[in-house]
Amino acid sequence: MTLPLVAIGVFLGGGLLALLAGRFPRASTASGAGGAIVGGVLGLYAALDALVFGTTASLRLPWDVPYGSFSIAIDPLSALFAVPVFGLTALAAFQGIPSLLAASDRRSVGPPWFFFNLMAAGLAMVVLARNGVLFLVAWEVMALASYFLVTIEHRRAEVREAGRTYLIATHLGTASLLAMFALMGRHAGSLDFDAIAGNVPAEAAGVLFLLAVVGFGTKAGFAPFHVWLPEAYPAAPSFVAAVMSGAMSKVGLYGLFRTLTLLPDASAWWAWTLIGLGIGSGLWGILHAMAQGDYKRLLAFSGVENVGIVAMGMGVGLLGVASKAPVLAVLGFAGALFHVLNHATFKGLLFLSAGVIEATAGTREIDLLGGLSRRMPAVSAATLIGSAAIMGLPPLNGFAGEFLIFSGAFRTEMVLGSPSSALALAVIGALALIGGLAAVTFTKSFGIVFLGSPRTERAATASRPHPMMAAPMFVLAAACVLVGLASDRVVGVILPAVAPLVGMDPRAIPAIVRESVEPLWSVNLASALLAWLVVTLAIVRGLLLAGRDVTASSTWGCGYQGATARMQYTGSSFVEPAIKFFAPFLKSRESLASTTGVFPGEGSFSAETRDVSKDALYRPAFAAVGRTLARLRWVQGGRVHVYVLYIGLTIVALLVWYLGVSAR
Amino acid sequence: MSLLSDLARLIAELILIFVVLTDLILLGSSRLTSTIRLSAWQGMALGFLPLMVSRAGFGPTTLRLVTLGAVLFAMKGFLFPRLLLRALRTAEVRHEIRPIVGFQASILAGIAIVAASFWMGGRLPLPRPAPTPLALPMALSTILIGLFAITTRANALNQVVGYLVMENGIFIFGVALAQEEPFIVEMGVLLDVFVAVFVMGIAIFHIGREFDHIEVDQLSSLKD
Repeated sequence: MTLPLVAIGVFLGGGLLALLAGRFPRASTASGAGGAIVGGVLGLYAALDALVFGTTASLRLPWDVPYGSFSIAIDPLSALFAVPVFGLTALAAFQGIPSLLAASDRRSVGPPWFFFNLMAAGLAMVVLARNGVLFLVAWEVMALASYFLVTIEHRRAEVREAGRTYLIATHLGTASLLAMFALMGRHAGSLDFDAIAGNVPAEAAGVLFLLAVVGFGTKAGFAPFHVWLPEAYPAAPSFVAAVMSGAMSKVGLYGLFRTLTLLPDASAWWAWTLIGLGIGSGLWGILHAMAQGDYKRLLAFSGVENVGIVAMGMGVGLLGVASKAPVLAVLGFAGALFHVLNHATFKGLLFLSAGVIEATAGTREIDLLGGLSRRMPAVSAATLIGSAAIMGLPPLNGFAGEFLIFSGAFRTEMVLGSPSSALALAVIGALALIGGLAAVTFTKSFGIVFLGSPRTERAATASRPHPMMAAPMFVLAAACVLVGLASDRVVGVILPAVAPLVGMDPRAIPAIVRESVEPLWSVNLASALLAWLVVTLAIVRGLLLAGRDVTASSTWGCGYQGATARMQYTGSSFVEPAIKFFAPFLKSRESLASTTGVFPGEGSFSAETRDVSKDALYRPAFAAVGRTLARLRWVQGGRVHVYVLYIGLTIVALLVWYLGVSAR
Repeated sequence: MSLLSDLARLIAELILIFVVLTDLILLGSSRLTSTIRLSAWQGMALGFLPLMVSRAGFGPTTLRLVTLGAVLFAMKGFLFPRLLLRALRTAEVRHEIRPIVGFQASILAGIAIVAASFWMGGRLPLPRPAPTPLALPMALSTILIGLFAITTRANALNQVVGYLVMENGIFIFGVALAQEEPFIVEMGVLLDVFVAVFVMGIAIFHIGREFDHIEVDQLSSLKD
């Protein structure tokens, strides 16, 4: 248990030193990044040790806070989520070094490093905490630290707006968690997780489950609680967004998983709720991702899609628990947990890639880029791997997690009768549709950004990426490939974490799912053969081209000589057919100034797809609340006397009420 | 021994009665110098209270009690009045001109508060018996009269005085009911009050110089 605590201590120490050394950018960076990297590596070692060897450890110290105890523990479930937390923190810190130093003449690097390390410490503490008060404290530390990271560029109005949205959203989530823990404490008489588990009566569990879904779902990004993601991630620096999307939204999911282990056995409607939310988030997220022109917004919406997939997996798992079908339970939860790990890997990779693009080309508008693969082939290859993984193509890791959820859903169809089979069919259909749309989305983002020829001057003159910006991407890309190729082994590592969720002996689990996991091996074999074939063909191509001139010339250069780079496909034209098809669900606005007449003037076309849930759902709701509360403004009249009178009246009223009650 | 402790109890009760009487006079006086002086006398009298309560047989007489009383005596009797009188001189006001509740009405309200405090004091369950039956009602009425003064006086200096009176009430509460209260807490509270009065004194000093008046009502345009 010492090692994770040491890691958290290193985070805090490094961050604090970075803050104190804020006037010396290099020293501050060395301390901040050093703390994040060393702490991350130490913690990663501890987490992998606990995950692979299934070791558990716990520590409990007294704490003065009411109902609080400094109770922490690491078990396979915690360890599984600690892996992306520590790993991504360490990797993202590498990109943070050049990214923050580049702006050090405008602002101090101290505070960003401090908050980055503080966020990492908060994230790690949330995963380890075994007491409600400690958990909430760590949760708030994480939320507030990340708020300050989102608003690093606070001089820009849209960043402040994004920060405000994030702050409100995260606190609405926390409010729900506060209510949840308070209710749990009332039933169990303690806020220690050990005491809560098994002491929550079944009739109270439903409310607690809903509170957990709202509270943790806000952080994870379930639709319709996702409005802050597409605002906050683009506003934050990319290396921070990588940690937020890769680790923090996962910690939200962790909370939900942990809560499920505390509550009594699931009812079927929990499964229905989660599957409904999952399908909704998945489709809503990927449809909006597809339509975005901003690379980071696209990635943010894709994050909504991926937590949707995880929710579907959890739903299948809960269905298995509720209907006493262990195969389903294990497959669903294992698929969900596997997808958590995978999403952390490739989404971290893609956000780091966005950071490289932003730093070198100065924009993240997909339609302004193009042809970057010639200027940065290695970054392009890593991004290609990440994009293919997020589409769910074998043999990469994205495939394996979704495969488990798929097989869980097919099992449901076979094991349980209707109406559960209808649910399973919905999951299968939604997953397939999401996979297809993800393929369109990431073909667009990768193809338009990296292939073709540069669309603008900026893309053409993009500088070479700083090696430290690109280096962590290669680690993550390698992880995508290796985890994909060894996916059957990795599933074996994940299964112990499933045990507390399904309430079974960890040793009994592998036998249950052996039949479903085995196909992974053959899929991987086939994919490995395919990969070998591709590599061979590439070598053959290289041999054939050796000694010949390769030149670039204009496309269809035989007839029309006036072709320019702007005549290429753009991102919006690439996805236009798909957007037209899903028009009822998307609120796309197009403006077209078309060219007319014999000697036409300038024409222009632009398309934008906004997320309607913020405008149609939250804005009216908040406006109504604001209008109602505005009627109470007279209470705050600005007269000090009256304020003191309020205090006095409250005290006297309480005293009289207390005495009146106690006298009876 | 028993004579001595009876005497001590008598003195303690006299101090408490004196405090409540000064409370009422304070509510009825318009001259700012006299309200400040009244609060100073109150503070000086209260400086003896810990000693008397302990001599009356409630807990041992320790050095810490005597120190506490001496510090209180010095701060409330001399330091705070000086600070406030200094602020008063720059502000160039002599009288509370327009209190929100008139002086006679204030005294009546004060008497009502004392009566209500006796009612409440009789019903409040205590962890241990109070040194005199007067302690609890007097503490409550001093706290509430302090709050009342803060609420109804338009002059900022009188509000500070009200705050001091309220703190005196809290002190009576502490001395009378919680003798085992740690020394550090008492000193901490005293330091708090000191800082508060210090800051308010300086603020009033500057406001008086800038605006030619220290009527709180007219300062409300600064609100958010």
